[in-house]
Amino acid sequence: MGVSLSKLTEKTDIWPWLLLAPLGVYMLIFFVVPLADVAIMSFVEPKVSFANYQKVLTGALYQRVFLNTFLTAAFVTLCCLAVGYPLAYLMAHSKPRTAMLILLLVTMSFWTSFLVRTYAWMVLLGNNGPLIAFLQMIGIEQPPQLLFTRFSSTLAMVHILAPYMIMNIYSVMKKIDPALIRSAESLGAKGWSLFRHVYLPLTAPGIANGSVLVFVICLGFYVTPVLLGSPREQMIAGLIGHQVDEFLAFGLGSAMAMVLLVITLVILTIYHRRFGLDKLWG
Amino acid sequence: MTSHLQLSDITKTYGHFTALDNVSLSVDKGEFVTFLGPSGSGKTTTLMIIAGFEKASGGSVKVGGQSISQLAPHERNIGIVFQNYALFPHKTAVENVYFPLQMRGVGRAQGLRQAEDMLSLVGLKGFGHRHPKELSGGQQQRVALARALVFEPSLLLLDEPLGALDKNLREQMQIEIKRIQRSLGVTTIFVTHDQSEAMSMSDRIVVFEKGRIEQAAAPLDIYHRPQTSFVAAFIGESNLIPATITNAAARTAENPTLGGLDYSGTEVLSNGQKVTLLVRPEHIKLSRNPIEGRRNVRMTVETIVNYGDNALVIGRAGDLPMRVRVLGADVVIIKEGEECCVSWMRDSVFVITR
Repeated sequence: MGVSLSKLTEKTDIWPWLLLAPLGVYMLIFFVVPLADVAIMSFVEPKVSFANYQKVLTGALYQRVFLNTFLTAAFVTLCCLAVGYPLAYLMAHSKPRTAMLILLLVTMSFWTSFLVRTYAWMVLLGNNGPLIAFLQMIGIEQPPQLLFTRFSSTLAMVHILAPYMIMNIYSVMKKIDPALIRSAESLGAKGWSLFRHVYLPLTAPGIANGSVLVFVICLGFYVTPVLLGSPREQMIAGLIGHQVDEFLAFGLGSAMAMVLLVITLVILTIYHRRFGLDKLWG
Repeated sequence: MTSHLQLSDITKTYGHFTALDNVSLSVDKGEFVTFLGPSGSGKTTTLMIIAGFEKASGGSVKVGGQSISQLAPHERNIGIVFQNYALFPHKTAVENVYFPLQMRGVGRAQGLRQAEDMLSLVGLKGFGHRHPKELSGGQQQRVALARALVFEPSLLLLDEPLGALDKNLREQMQIEIKRIQRSLGVTTIFVTHDQSEAMSMSDRIVVFEKGRIEQAAAPLDIYHRPQTSFVAAFIGESNLIPATITNAAARTAENPTLGGLDYSGTEVLSNGQKVTLLVRPEHIKLSRNPIEGRRNVRMTVETIVNYGDNALVIGRAGDLPMRVRVLGADVVIIKEGEECCVSWMRDSVFVITR
């Protein structure tokens, strides 16, 4: 043939780039350009200035919404951890059949569109829903308002985001060498001290991964808080939606989006320095 | 010497499979005992039952006269070094060693001091602040050893701890472990499938096979006076010759291929009894011509494996495979495919009745 192997590989060097090209073009058109557009808009709408940022960073309403967003995200993260850690533990350490069943339930809920799950919560928590009916049945004359409250939006967000937490913690738990636990036992550890000194630190990477993922996703959550939450306790994504949909304040909405993006990137950077982003997806 | 560890009729079954079949053993205080056997022979299962990670189906484990069969692993006060060391990756070396003391309520300052002392004993002075992943395999091994010893356990169990190390380091660690074990006088059970490790380290070797103890004896006894064909074949290299006793008084036997053979030993045998004769390859003399005054056997050389200082000559005497170990300098007298004479002294022939 006369074509040496080294020449062949030299020629094929451009292949990886060619293979990446379609995705690259797609990302350019549908991600980079719109994002750049939002960034530009935040400075030039309605006129070229820093006015939008000034408003976002100093306005009492915006500060309150940002703060509320962070507190909500933190609370949802904590709830996901409280629910997810024991469940992940069960999955990692029970008999294969039980583990499979829990895994199936978690992934089934994970694969169901979160819009569907959000509407499902509307039905369940609504004034004519089964939960209210149940409360009335057991004799509570005036059941509390469940839907359109902080409670309902938090509950639904925990439900939607818990799988991220569970899968992250589970993958770390599953990889723990059983010899480590045995060795801890042989050295005199049991129960709580075994958990605190050995098991918990060994699962810490999973907790960190899951928490960052849940927290970051929750910061930008739109549909669930808008549909289920109290209008008085908006989250930032909802407020951005308002600016764009109702007030046509594209500049202000864009500035808010950029602030949210920067905060998210800062969190991810700190996380990356500490643990490494590459570990985030298991 | 008092018996420190006492295993009585330990049995372990998994469904219909019997993993351990009436294993009984008594280990003296300060003794270094090796469990040797192929994988699946029951040696590790026995170790896990002593440690408390496996529950025996029957029998009892006693340490210092007290039954520990009902105790959980954390109540047994037994130090274990696992195959892959099982060091806690989130703790430094000294924190790893401090851990068992911490679990026993020893204060941090005092405990860390004790842990540092133990690290010095295993030759790791100044390495305490490192995490396991910053230590070499041999160093991790030492940390694991220090951690298993720092709380003065009643027993030290070592589960194939040298398997992951390269040859030179392994030999070094064999000597180290022996030194540390002697200096502390801790009763030790060492599990391995490596016979040279067992030979060089043990006060006593317990050979396991198919869930039973084949033989428990000092290393040289195991080598020179194996009680079963399995032990003879498993430990060292061996020529096992099936034979029938022809004259028990004169100590002669006969093999259909080799003819009459002399044997040694004091065991009482009867004429016509089927036995196996063991001749170690290094006890066989190889020569071109028959040696006067000995029974000579003709052997065809098939393969010569040279090791430099010595060589292994593999051949066949009739239908019997033969292995002869010769000094490296002597191997020049013979070539593959040639016929030669092999002979041995009566004292080198050991009779195995099982």
